[in-house]
Amino acid sequence: MSITLNTLVRVLAAMAFASAATPAVAVSEEDFKAAYATAEAAERQAGTLHNQWTTTEATLAASRKAAAAGNFDAAMSQAKEAEALAKASIFQANDEKERWKDVEVR
Amino acid sequence: MRVRPSRQLASNVVALVVMAAAAGLALAAETPDPAADLKAFQNFFTKKFPGVKLEDFVNGPYSMDEDMYRQWEEKEQFPPYEFALEAGKEMFSTPFGNGKTYADCFPNRGIGIRQNYPYFDEKEGKVVTLELALNRCREANGEAPLSYVNDEMASLTAYMAFTSRGKPMDIKVPNDPRALAAYENGKRYFYTRRGQLNFSCASCHVQSPGEHIRAEVLAPALGIVNALPIYRSEWSGMGTTSRRFVTCNSQTRAVPLEPQSDEYRDVEYFLSYVSNGLPISGPGARP
Repeated sequence: MSITLNTLVRVLAAMAFASAATPAVAVSEEDFKAAYATAEAAERQAGTLHNQWTTTEATLAASRKAAAAGNFDAAMSQAKEAEALAKASIFQANDEKERWKDVEVR
Repeated sequence: MRVRPSRQLASNVVALVVMAAAAGLALAAETPDPAADLKAFQNFFTKKFPGVKLEDFVNGPYSMDEDMYRQWEEKEQFPPYEFALEAGKEMFSTPFGNGKTYADCFPNRGIGIRQNYPYFDEKEGKVVTLELALNRCREANGEAPLSYVNDEMASLTAYMAFTSRGKPMDIKVPNDPRALAAYENGKRYFYTRRGQLNFSCASCHVQSPGEHIRAEVLAPALGIVNALPIYRSEWSGMGTTSRRFVTCNSQTRAVPLEPQSDEYRDVEYFLSYVSNGLPISGPGARP
């Protein structure tokens, strides 16, 4: 596959930033909940691949904290970022399924 | 064009033979060959570091840097793991509530056996590490298991390693598909990149031993488990093999697995097997 993990992380992070950085209106609790559920589902999928990242977990926790404080704009932004991180970790796990053999000492 | 039946038959036979040979080659390529891996692994390190004797790789970063080696020799006069050895010896000989001791759970009463762990348990169909065997011993004698990442487990394994110092690592991978699968799983884990920093165990310990990562000199993977458990100045204390794996994962920003999960047991099995023949040097001391 020609795309590298670093490129993917940058693209996903930029998409998350672009979608979260310019909210037309204040984010509702319902919108946050939907975004958080999507991020959480991606992180669960990373978990089934035994490849969760500490940064995803920390970003999900920050999202929950912001939501608990009633700051749904920040909570949404963190949820989107967590989703991007989780998706990158899934990509990494799938990409490495065979690729690890390329660096094996033979 | 018409083809004569005999020629057609011959060409079919040839095609079948070629296909069978190709399938055989593919199968051979996929079948784990631990002995070939061991040879390649040890050759890789001895070629990469021609000035380092094979048995010196167990001294980790000290084998890579002359100044550090001299510092280590001096440190060994009053080693920082000494207190753990004393504590481990006492724990090892103190009877459980039922009057038995750890010695009752192990071959040769637990003395000089570190080099045989981990082993593949054919009954269970899984890898058994020394840390796991110690906790199983406790549980079989009515005691609560110890944490895999705390001082008590490190002290016990430090004492057991110390009684085995100098003995060559002697790990067996039986010709059992389950053992070969566990070995292969450990190898896969070792070479697989993970965490946000996109590092595998091999990124540091195969591709970069002797290089600095911040202030640390990276240890070679060859012989790395022979020195465990270790006292780390960075931790201001002792660390078990489990703690080492958990910390490595965290440092790459990967969520660590549970200590003594199948994958950690398998990666210890792989790393120990490819270090066969190198002496046990644990407990070690590292910066």
